[in-house]
Amino acid sequence: MNITFTDQRLEHIYVKAGQGSRLSREDGICIYETSDLMGLGQIAHHVRSQRHGKNAYYIYNQHINYTNICKNRCRFCAYARNENDADAYAWSMADIEQRLMDRIDEPVDELHIVGGLNETLGFDYYIDLLKTVKRIRPTAAIKAFTCVEIDYLSRLSGLGIEQTILQLKEAGLDMMPGGGAEVLNTRIHDALFPRKIDHNQWTQIVKAVHAAGIKTNATMLYGHIETIAERVDHLMALREIQDETAGFSAFIPLAFHSQNTKLSHLPPTTAMDDLKAVAGARLMLDNFDHIKAYWVMIGEPLAQVALSFGADDLDGTIIEERITHTAGARSAKGLTRGQMENMICKAGFNPVQRDSFYNPRTTQPNP
Amino acid sequence: MTQLSDIMKKIQKHQRIGKDEALVLLTCSDLLTLGALAHEKRFFHHPDKDVTYVKDRNINYTNICMSGCRFCAFYKHPGQDGGYVISRKDLYDKIAETIDLGGTQILLQGGMHPDLDLDFYRSMLAFIKDNFAIHVHGFSPPEIDFIAKKSSLSVAQTIAYLQQAGLDSIPGGGAEILCDDIRSKVSPDKCATDAWLEVMRQAHLAGMRSSATMMFGHVETDAHVVEHLDRIRQLQDETGGFTAFIPWTFQPANTRIPAEKKTGVEYLKVLALSRIFLDNIDNIQASWVTQGDKIAQTALFFGANDMGSTMIEENVVASAGVDFMLPVEELQRLITTAGFTPRQRDCYYNLL
Repeated sequence: MNITFTDQRLEHIYVKAGQGSRLSREDGICIYETSDLMGLGQIAHHVRSQRHGKNAYYIYNQHINYTNICKNRCRFCAYARNENDADAYAWSMADIEQRLMDRIDEPVDELHIVGGLNETLGFDYYIDLLKTVKRIRPTAAIKAFTCVEIDYLSRLSGLGIEQTILQLKEAGLDMMPGGGAEVLNTRIHDALFPRKIDHNQWTQIVKAVHAAGIKTNATMLYGHIETIAERVDHLMALREIQDETAGFSAFIPLAFHSQNTKLSHLPPTTAMDDLKAVAGARLMLDNFDHIKAYWVMIGEPLAQVALSFGADDLDGTIIEERITHTAGARSAKGLTRGQMENMICKAGFNPVQRDSFYNPRTTQPNP
Repeated sequence: MTQLSDIMKKIQKHQRIGKDEALVLLTCSDLLTLGALAHEKRFFHHPDKDVTYVKDRNINYTNICMSGCRFCAFYKHPGQDGGYVISRKDLYDKIAETIDLGGTQILLQGGMHPDLDLDFYRSMLAFIKDNFAIHVHGFSPPEIDFIAKKSSLSVAQTIAYLQQAGLDSIPGGGAEILCDDIRSKVSPDKCATDAWLEVMRQAHLAGMRSSATMMFGHVETDAHVVEHLDRIRQLQDETGGFTAFIPWTFQPANTRIPAEKKTGVEYLKVLALSRIFLDNIDNIQASWVTQGDKIAQTALFFGANDMGSTMIEENVVASAGVDFMLPVEELQRLITTAGFTPRQRDCYYNLL
């Protein structure tokens, strides 16, 4: 395919991508620096098409954010509350059950469960949570708890990381989301989330999770104080872990939303940032199968466009998104399967409803 | 897909493409193929990296309208609650504020009010020009056609009167889709295709410039979109009076057309096709009002070289439930972060 580049530096990246050669740190920096969005998009689309053809994946899922009480209080977070705040909450098992039963007639294939580090909840709560969800939704996969929560739970249980993971797995944990990595970088850790696990701890835990046979996603929170080089280093750190474990399923760039956070002076990410985050990930993360365009954070229209800039997955239908909406997201809180398929078809792709492990689901009639 | 590659070659050689070829492009080409062709064309017309915008305000002098278009969430029937005709004081204050905010023009449009006659429009224009040095971009072709009929004047005479009274240029609104089988479905009481084009022809002959728009995403097919582009291109060959083309998508909320909203990708494809097909129109405008900031910024890589207006005030699209707001600093940031240079312009696309 002939691509006309306005930034000639991309020629070299196109050649490398075409040969399947791994991109360097300098290549990564060039990707984030370039203004040649169209050229970059075409390279990323080429690589994406080789891997997935015209398939674009999505899942029918439900989010459960079991508590917003969190002791970490990261500066970029609008969701966390202190125990005494008027709108603080922690759902009981009965609450969780109710949320699941409210949607029991829908063909939910995955429960995405994350929450704050709430010191009033014991380790039993988490085991109960997984068991309750499995009891009510036995066929759905449970994708729950970031590495941040695993670290916290290991201390709560006193069992150490490996044993904690095994206990959670036994109680029903099938997979883990990728949140909590933010940007794997000491400067940013100290400035924005000093009480959260750092680069080394996150790496150690995610490797242990993969070793226990549990797949995870990986993310990057971009659009706050990170530099281009720090983004590239983050991607390279993930790429290195993936070489070792092959345990990452998808990479999801997360666009920072500043409203109601301590960084509310920062402007929102632009389409340029969002599309380059997707295209850059597709090109740098040559050992990741799936790159998601997370419509909750970048909006449905741009997520649809991102399918042509390297993304192959639009995440889920999601019922009731809370966290990003607390930080000012203007996207919908949920999409129907019909809306999801329409977005994908109108973008010129073939919609594939998948399970948590990217197996295509047999088609069911729309609810 | 030999046909598609032949069409691509033709475009890259800057040869004009026909309607059939445009239809093949729109239906068979993927997003980035179309986008890359349009982006190349954009640089062919504008080798610099400028992206322009204008500071203006929409002033809707009345919302009372006999037209009753099915896609409109703004109008009131004559006699219905909530109808208004702007007062001189409000008009004065809005323009004074526009000038205070650095605005250089007003977009003056309104409904087809059955009780307003040519004198109303002339005295409104005279009032504006007596009080302010501001460019008046006003009265879309359906309004002018309506005023002409009501005053039993020809379109040319009506335009001459309005021009004398202070009208500077004409916005391209009310074009919707320039195919009568579509217009009869969505706006049966508004001027037909030939009448719309005739207003523009007469305005251009009178030395006035105008823009052209297209509202798509309701009941039309891809072939109608291409037909619309072709009618605009033909008139432009004849007069050269169009400054810019602005495609935007129908916003179905609060209207009487139950259409599925066009997606971002569909918008970008039509935008790109507009840049490619309209080889005789210099400027293609992105519509942040209907698409939001992210798709508007993306549009700069799909053929658009203009971000339109900062819109100190916008009412019509807002009544269909779309409320994107974009301060000028944010508009500039979107242009700059996309690697372009923001430049304020006037109505004629002269840089200020």
